[in-house]
Amino acid sequence: MSETEAGWETVIGLEIHAQLATKSKIFSGSATAYGAPPNAQANLVDLGYPGVLPVLNGEAVRMAVKFGLSIGAKISRHSVFARKNYFYPDLPKGYQISQYELPIVAKGSIEIVLDDGAKKVVGVTRAHLEEDAGKSLHEGLPGVSGIDLNRAGTPLVEIVSEPDMRSAKEAVAYMKKVHTLVRYLEICDGNMQEGSFRCDANVSVRKKGAEKFGTRAEIKNLNSFRFVEKAINYEVARQIDLLESGGKVVQETRLYDPDKGETRSMRSKEEANDYRYFPDPDLLPVELDDKFVETVRASLPELPDQKAVRFSSQYGLSEYDAGVLTASRELADYYEAVAREVPKEPKLAANWVMGELAAALNKDGIEVQSGKLPAARLAGLLKRIEDQTISGKIAKEVFEAMWATGATADAIIEEKGLKQITDTSAIEKAIDEVMARNPGQLADFRAGKDKLFGFFVGQVMKATGGKANPAQLNELLKKKLPG
Amino acid sequence: MKTHTLSLTQLAKGLRAKEYSSVELVRSFLDRIDAHQPTLNAMVTVLREPALVAAQAADKDLAAGRGGPLTGLPIVHKDLFCTEGVLTTCGSHMLDNFVSPYDATVVAKLKSAGAITVAKANMDEFAMGSSNETSYFGPVRNPWNTDLVPGGSSGGSAVAVAARLAPAATATDTGGSIRQPAALCGVTGIKPTYGRVSRYGMIAFASSLDQGGVITTSAADAALIMREMSGFDPNDSTSVDIPVPDYVADLDAPLAGLKIGLLKEFFDKGLDAENEKRIRDALAVYERLGAKLQEVSLPNLPLSVPAYYVVAPAECSSNLARFDGVRFGHRAKDPRDLMDLYKRSRGEGFGAEVKRRIMTGTYVLSAGYYDAYYLKAQKVRQLIADDFKRAFGNVDVLMGPTTPTAAFPLGDKTSDPITMYLNDIYTIGANLAGLPAMSIPCGFVGGLPVGLQIVGPHFSEGKLLNAAHAFQRETDWHSKVPERFS
Repeated sequence: MSETEAGWETVIGLEIHAQLATKSKIFSGSATAYGAPPNAQANLVDLGYPGVLPVLNGEAVRMAVKFGLSIGAKISRHSVFARKNYFYPDLPKGYQISQYELPIVAKGSIEIVLDDGAKKVVGVTRAHLEEDAGKSLHEGLPGVSGIDLNRAGTPLVEIVSEPDMRSAKEAVAYMKKVHTLVRYLEICDGNMQEGSFRCDANVSVRKKGAEKFGTRAEIKNLNSFRFVEKAINYEVARQIDLLESGGKVVQETRLYDPDKGETRSMRSKEEANDYRYFPDPDLLPVELDDKFVETVRASLPELPDQKAVRFSSQYGLSEYDAGVLTASRELADYYEAVAREVPKEPKLAANWVMGELAAALNKDGIEVQSGKLPAARLAGLLKRIEDQTISGKIAKEVFEAMWATGATADAIIEEKGLKQITDTSAIEKAIDEVMARNPGQLADFRAGKDKLFGFFVGQVMKATGGKANPAQLNELLKKKLPG
Repeated sequence: MKTHTLSLTQLAKGLRAKEYSSVELVRSFLDRIDAHQPTLNAMVTVLREPALVAAQAADKDLAAGRGGPLTGLPIVHKDLFCTEGVLTTCGSHMLDNFVSPYDATVVAKLKSAGAITVAKANMDEFAMGSSNETSYFGPVRNPWNTDLVPGGSSGGSAVAVAARLAPAATATDTGGSIRQPAALCGVTGIKPTYGRVSRYGMIAFASSLDQGGVITTSAADAALIMREMSGFDPNDSTSVDIPVPDYVADLDAPLAGLKIGLLKEFFDKGLDAENEKRIRDALAVYERLGAKLQEVSLPNLPLSVPAYYVVAPAECSSNLARFDGVRFGHRAKDPRDLMDLYKRSRGEGFGAEVKRRIMTGTYVLSAGYYDAYYLKAQKVRQLIADDFKRAFGNVDVLMGPTTPTAAFPLGDKTSDPITMYLNDIYTIGANLAGLPAMSIPCGFVGGLPVGLQIVGPHFSEGKLLNAAHAFQRETDWHSKVPERFS
């Protein structure tokens, strides 16, 4: 990256907003399901009607605590909801209920793995509960703006990192790790297109070796990993250009335009709201006792890092493979289901899940949990490799047919007659024929041209339609070729 | 038959004994409301038709021996309690078109106990005022002398009961808004412990101080209403889940040995000498009943007015942000853009006192001022609460004046907000500490009623009502009705 060459260092902190997967809103009984007609899921509390009051959804608290425990954070036994005051049409009460001085989750940390395999710990300053705002609608409404308050009051946990990341790639790795975590914990569906998981990035640059941070810009509402990376890289380049040409970075809020691939100023520090935070008098402080926290701790699933360690030791996988397979709970569960069926071949299972299966899923743009190829089906194929009915090479052909038709491996092997030839006499016969057809090569081989061994393997495979058992073929060739 | 001077308790008996029907009773009060509206301006909305329909249903219930403890009895709600399908204005132009889609918990509870809403009472705009002169619907007048204010913000509720336009009226008290008008109008008012009565559906002024209560002609009537309107509400996180005692059954407990603290800070130089005499006379009655008096000091109490006028406006500035012209209430015509919509809707919709408090509140919460004002005020608030707690280690209740003077002329203090705010000097402490407090009539000065204030520890409403009832059995100040309304 150019900025490192120029002696600049990037400093990034992220504020991730994860929508909590509660059935009802954080302070009202309205449903939180996505996609309802505008304002169909907004009751009087969500609409901020005169006289209504918020009542905290205990499930949102439980989920936030779950998150806190999963990153080894301190869970505040006493946290306070505060009002963040500003006027906006999608904010019905004229204030957002959030947490300010006393958040429910205090300092924790998250470990990420960088491209070169190195590990890095990113500090999490805090995570707090708050309500989401509604949405302004402009499309199809000439001359006016519509307000949809379905999302107003949806519970969010805002996860604030330390300014610990030093490149867009690190920021993406961190965001992906948080994404993995909230989905493992089943506290957020992680759907970025629907806005369930999004972030604001605080970006600044400084001369390498400088102690003080540079002036930062905050890029708002990034809702894909790709946008995070592009927006940060654009912003870093913009700031370096500015500084190198003698300019100054101003503290401001910027928006990323994915169509143009650039960030644009939204409002400067001077224009920023004074939010006039103060404790919300309509809500009591959240008091948690040890028993509650321990009950939540006991409900934690096996977390990705723990699972990866177990995969390494239990299945003999490399750290890298274990990391890939545990990147989502669904993928990890899938792998384990396959591995259970072929207990002697966990590595084979890993290779297939990360190789052919991942490639096919990627090509179709679907997730493993789509159910297109159930784990038992893939295991059925691997069993045929294991018992030498087919070779690994043939297996790829069978896999393609399975993916296309949904049939079982056995059915395809049977139908296409792909069963491996393990009959020694049949293989010998094929070898004899090949030797007879290629006297020149045979002579050369016998004269010491060892490399021609491969030529004979290929010819016999060709003659048997790839079905000869490779190990047997090798052995027989070794016996027959020297004469 | 003359029913309007009877107490709620007596009227309930009369209905059961079929001395009159609910329709007759409700109609007679509605007639009085209409007759005196031009003079007193106590109501914003009169609900003649729906009230009479409800009265007919109540009569059927009474005839069948059904119904609740308040069945067939007329009641007035302060116009900041949301009433389903009925205009709920909060005394403001901002909400003069607001028909609430739901009932406040207090309204629903009293309705299910059988009470019939006959009218919505006028009030200071958004409950901000001590004279009922800030109402968009014009000032309410004191029935003892219509040139004088009735007090505020629950002026309409106090006047409704004082002029016997209704036997009971709900009210709210943020800094004295039940007790001060009750005192100036010669009626009984109770502000319960913060959290005793649900705030759901009560349009908020200052959430940590607001508390709903009731104004009646006697402590016994207040007990009857309080028993029905109190209790935990899952819709209000600040309501407290403590069982509601039978306040009516507890009214007649003996007072002998009751330890009454006289608040030194209440008998200060601001207290009118004649008013003080009435208070001292009332205390003598308690001594006769076997109570013990002792002086108590709450050294931080003099700080209550400045602390209150930081905390209350701060909360109000945020609570009133929802009135933006977007979803309900007043909306400026033909806004140019969003800012114009906000500025003009709020500029046109709110009156001067509301604006003053929004601006004060915005200021004290602003970056750089928060610590010096809001945070400091909260610390003072805690000191005052601690003072009260200490005092209640030695005494059962505290007594003193409700207001420094009797009712004052309309327009007398409107130009000087500080003078107006000082009218709440004796009442604000109970709000800051969340304590229950009452005001009961204890005599007259120059033909104007004087109120005795009784403050107790948290959830001691039963004790306060008991003490007030004992006094009212010995005296008849609470039965006095202004001549032209008797």
